[in-house]
Amino acid sequence: MTDAVLAAASTQVLAERRRFRMLRQLAAHRSFRIGLVLVTILVLCAIVGPMLTGIDPTAMSIRSRFKPPSARFPFGTDQYGRDILTRVLHGGRLSLSIGFSVALLSGIFGAVIGMAAGYFRALDPYVMRLMDALMAFPAILLAIGIGAALGSQASSIVVALAVAYVPRTARIVRASVLVIREMEYLQAARVSGAGDLHIIVKHVLPNSLGPLIVQLTFVFAYAILAEAALSFLGIGPPPPAPSWGNIIAEGRDYSVEAWWVMLFPGLAVSLAALGMNLLGDGLRDVLDPRLKVET
Amino acid sequence: MAEQPLLSVENLTVQFRSDIGWVTAIDGVDFAVHPGECLGIVGESGSGKSVSALSILRLHSPANTRYASGAIHYGGRDLLTLPQRRLRQIRGGEIAMIFQDPMSSLNPVLTIADQIMEPLRQHQGLSARAARRQAIALLDMVRISDASRRIDDYPHRLSGGMRQRVMIAIAVACRPKLLIADEPTTALDVTIQSQILTLLRDLQREIGMSVILITHDLGVVAEFAQRVVVMYAGRVVESASVAALFARPMHPYTEGLIQAVPDPDEDVHRLAMIPGNIPDPSTQIAGCRFNPRCRHAVRSCLAETPALIDAGAGHFARCPPRIAAGRIA
Repeated sequence: MTDAVLAAASTQVLAERRRFRMLRQLAAHRSFRIGLVLVTILVLCAIVGPMLTGIDPTAMSIRSRFKPPSARFPFGTDQYGRDILTRVLHGGRLSLSIGFSVALLSGIFGAVIGMAAGYFRALDPYVMRLMDALMAFPAILLAIGIGAALGSQASSIVVALAVAYVPRTARIVRASVLVIREMEYLQAARVSGAGDLHIIVKHVLPNSLGPLIVQLTFVFAYAILAEAALSFLGIGPPPPAPSWGNIIAEGRDYSVEAWWVMLFPGLAVSLAALGMNLLGDGLRDVLDPRLKVET
Repeated sequence: MAEQPLLSVENLTVQFRSDIGWVTAIDGVDFAVHPGECLGIVGESGSGKSVSALSILRLHSPANTRYASGAIHYGGRDLLTLPQRRLRQIRGGEIAMIFQDPMSSLNPVLTIADQIMEPLRQHQGLSARAARRQAIALLDMVRISDASRRIDDYPHRLSGGMRQRVMIAIAVACRPKLLIADEPTTALDVTIQSQILTLLRDLQREIGMSVILITHDLGVVAEFAQRVVVMYAGRVVESASVAALFARPMHPYTEGLIQAVPDPDEDVHRLAMIPGNIPDPSTQIAGCRFNPRCRHAVRSCLAETPALIDAGAGHFARCPPRIAAGRIA
C-alpha cells in the first residue's frame, strides 16, 4: 500500500521535473527571453493600455492637430488631433489579433494539408500542385485579391492572409513529414499495431512541430507586416478604428511635417515582428530534442 | 519437428512497382518456424531476407507491393488476406519485430516510458500507472540498470546498445509468440552484439517465443539459431539445421559464404570470396540464379530453374548436380 503511494508520488515528481526542465531551458535561452519580453510588453499594452489612458482613440480635436510628442501627448497627435499613443495601443489589439488569427489558421490548415500530403503519398501530387498554384502568386498580391473580393474588414484580411500563408506552412510540414515517414520508429510503431491516425498524432505531428512552430512565429510576424502593408494600400481594416497599419497609412501624407504619426506605429510593428522571430528561434532550440543542450 | 509450425511461409512471391514495371523481389520463398525455435535467415544484401520478414506483417507500402503468390499461415489463418484490423492486433501483440538501426527506431520526442507503455496500453488495455510499472519491469528484464530513473529519459541520452535494449523491451512487452529480429546487431559494436544476442536468447527462453533472426553474419546464426534458411537473389537456396549446414553445405553459395568467414586460427592474408555480385532483381537469369558466379555450374544449371530438393534429414538445397553427387558419394 505505502509502496504504491510512494511509486505514484515519485511518478508525479518525475513528470513534473520533466516539464520544468523544458521551462528552465527556455528561461536560459537569451533570444527567447528578449523575444518573450518584447511580445509580452506589446500584448500587455494592447490589452491593458486602452483601459489606462481612457481616451477615445477616434476622438478628434481640431485645436490639437499635429502636436509633436509632449507630456500631454507622449506620441504626439495626427491630422485630426487624435492621440497617437491611444491609437497605437488600440491598434495593437487589432493588429496582434490579426497576426495571431492568421498564424493559428494557417497553422491548423497548413499542418493538416501538409501531413495529409506527406503521409498519404497518393494525395501528394494533387494537394501540392494546388499549393504550388497558390504559392505562385506573391503573398501580398493574393491577399490583396482575396481582401478586395471579401470586402475590407478585419476578418477578411485574416482569411486573405491565411490563404496566402497556408501553402508555405503546408510545404514545410510536408517536408518534415517526408523525413519522418522514413524513420524506423514509424515502422516500429506500425509493427506494434498502431493505426494511421495514431501514428500521425503521436509520432508524425510531435516530430514536425518544431519547424511548424518556428514557421508560425514567422507567419505571425509577416501577418502583422502584411496587415500594415495592406492598410497602407488601402485594403486594411477600415478607419476610423485604428490598426497599426492604417495609422501608418493615414500618416504617410504628412510624414515630413509630422514624423511621429508614422514612427510610433511603425516601431510597434517592427518590435512585434522582431519579438516573434526571437521567440520562435528560442522555441525551436528547446522544442527540438536533437538540438537540446544537456543541463 | 513433427509438431505444427507456429508460422509457415509458403511459395511467397513479392513484387514491387518500379519504373520498368513490377520487379520480383522474392520468388517462391518457403520457410517455417516452430514454437520456441530460432530460425536464422542469411544472405547478402539484396537477397530478399528483409523483404520476406517485412511481408510476414505486411509492412510493405500497399500501393507499390504485390503479393503475387503464396500464403503465410499463422494460427490457422493466412496473414496475407487477414483484414487490416485483425492484422493490427497481431502486430506487436503476437508477432513483434526489431530493426537494424536502434538510433532511428525510437521516436526522439517521446520519452522511453511513453514508447514502452504504448503497446502495453494498446494491446493489454493497462492503465497509465500499471503500464508504467510494467515498463520499468521490462527495462529491468532487458538489463538496463536504474530502470525507474532511465525510463523518463529521451532516446538521445541512451547509447546504441541501450536503445536496442529498449527496442527489445518494447517488442517483448506483450509477450509475443514470435519475434522477428531484422539484423538486430548489425549497427552495434562487436562487444555489444554478443550482449544483445545473449539477451535475446535469454528472453526467448523466458518467454518461450520463437525468433526469426535475419542476418548476414553466419557466426551469429551458428551461435543462436537451430535452423537456417540461406537466401540468394530472392530465392531460398538451402535450408537445414545449423549443424548440418555448417558440416555439409550443399549449395555452392552456402559453401562460399562459409569459406568467406575468416578463421582466427589461420594466418590469412586474403579472405576467400565469391566472385561477382548479386544480380539486380530486374535482370532475368535463365536457370539457376547463381550460375554466373558458380564454379561448379554444369549445362543444366544454365537452362532450367533448379528445384529445392530434399537431400535427406530435413536438409534442402536448390542444387541438383551437387545433391546427386552427394548421394553417390
